[in-house]
Amino acid sequence: MSATTTETTAPAPARSLTASRTLATAARVLRQLRHDPRTIALLMLIPCLMLFLLRYVFDGSPRTFDNIGASLLGIFPLITMFLVTSIATLRERTSGTLERLLAMPLGKGDLIAGYALAFGTLAIIQSALATGLALWFLGLDVVGSPWLLLLVALLDALLGTALGLFVSAFAASEFQAVQFMPAVIFPQLLLCGLFTPRDNMHPALETVSDVLPMSYAVDGMNEVLKHTDMTATFVRDVLIVAGCALLVLFLGAATLRRRTT
Amino acid sequence: MMNYAPGPSGGPTGGPSGDSPDVPDTPAVRAADLTVVRGPRTVLRGVDFTVPRGQITGLLGPSGCGKSTLMRSVVGTQAKVTGTLDVLGRPAGHPDLRTRIGYVTQAPSVYDDLTVRQNLDYFAAILRPGRAAADRRREEVTRAITDVDLTSHADALAGNLSGGQRSRVSLAVALLGAPELLVLDEPTVGLDPVLRRDLWNLFHDIAGRRGATLLISSHVMDEAERCHRLLLMREGEILADDTPDALRTRTHSDTVEAAFLHLVDEAIAAGRAKETTR
Repeated sequence: MSATTTETTAPAPARSLTASRTLATAARVLRQLRHDPRTIALLMLIPCLMLFLLRYVFDGSPRTFDNIGASLLGIFPLITMFLVTSIATLRERTSGTLERLLAMPLGKGDLIAGYALAFGTLAIIQSALATGLALWFLGLDVVGSPWLLLLVALLDALLGTALGLFVSAFAASEFQAVQFMPAVIFPQLLLCGLFTPRDNMHPALETVSDVLPMSYAVDGMNEVLKHTDMTATFVRDVLIVAGCALLVLFLGAATLRRRTT
Repeated sequence: MMNYAPGPSGGPTGGPSGDSPDVPDTPAVRAADLTVVRGPRTVLRGVDFTVPRGQITGLLGPSGCGKSTLMRSVVGTQAKVTGTLDVLGRPAGHPDLRTRIGYVTQAPSVYDDLTVRQNLDYFAAILRPGRAAADRRREEVTRAITDVDLTSHADALAGNLSGGQRSRVSLAVALLGAPELLVLDEPTVGLDPVLRRDLWNLFHDIAGRRGATLLISSHVMDEAERCHRLLLMREGEILADDTPDALRTRTHSDTVEAAFLHLVDEAIAAGRAKETTR
């Protein structure tokens, strides 16, 4: 082992975002999950079971199932990815692996993008299963293309991942991280138009719901439900959800500190 | 490290040597008036020390004396550090250093839900990304697993290993990429005597044959005898920076432990003297 051989192939320097480091991170996150098949099964099956349940709860009123079912196709990926990501990132922080990674030439962007990629992949499978079940077996009546439903679901999943990454910075324990679910998700759930149309709400609440990203996620789903083509409203909804996801991902990156006290 | 330019072009440049990181004469770590504040506490109080290259420097002292904080400062993960701290010719925490330092925290920082090999594969991919380096990565991973004697457990989940085995996985991660400086925070805690001996032999091999610098903390004084140099710490201050032999001679003690106690008593006496004169 001479000094010159190590010199010529010195490890690559740090950059904020490199494709191979991002892919390695995504592969690692998925590999971790593969050792935990029960979590994968729960992730994939619960949305399907809920839709199945919902279908027969509204057995007598298929219109209601259409409305709520389509909204839920957007909400499930957001909630599950939020939970999975916030716990996964918290574990990364408490196990010391985050400190180790940030002492290595890993860009913060690599870590965030790696997580988003891994959980985005899971979300695509989850949404495909749920959407397929709803459309072809439970008779969900959607006028527009199922691909657009999938697109919104994927963006919702990314938003969930982003929010999970962000709030995990403020959670010191798993207990706190789980409590962020009702704190961050429930208000959006109540105000997103799932229970009652948003313009029926108190004007103050309607304004609040106008600035919450889940409102646009549900809105986008409803556009696909009712229109054959991509409407302008749909495009707006998709852009807003995507923009929010990106913004929160950047905020999440800002919470990662190489130096800590 | 040994490839500084010889010949006519390598004459005296006259400039400051701060921007030439590979000059072999500079110590691996040089600290001057290093102070670290954590919350209301001042954990390091203006300490000065150097860590010479290619040697094992032991960092010894009771729990809570600031060893881990000092190591985190060297690695560049500690916030609120003031004073001068140069590591391998760069200020501590410089991005260039991230590939040149291997760091092992006190608690093993590995993924419990990955196997030993998967853990190392991932960290190796962070150090040397890209498909072109795949063969080299595989070589390095296999070598690191062999170095820490975990070959028979390479495909076991890290979470299913014993505490000592997990800390060796953590050590193996730090060995990846042949770092010039290894910072090891209590790497031998909880290991049986045979493993401890084997690891110390490995540390000497890394310093002697691979030319790396090691900074190893411990609160077990008998390990001090195996270091080339010692930094003795107490309550955020460095009591001594010397070789084990010189320490024993200076304090007329038989062991480093006795020398340490002698120095502590001296420090306490000096503190009292200062108080009475006030």
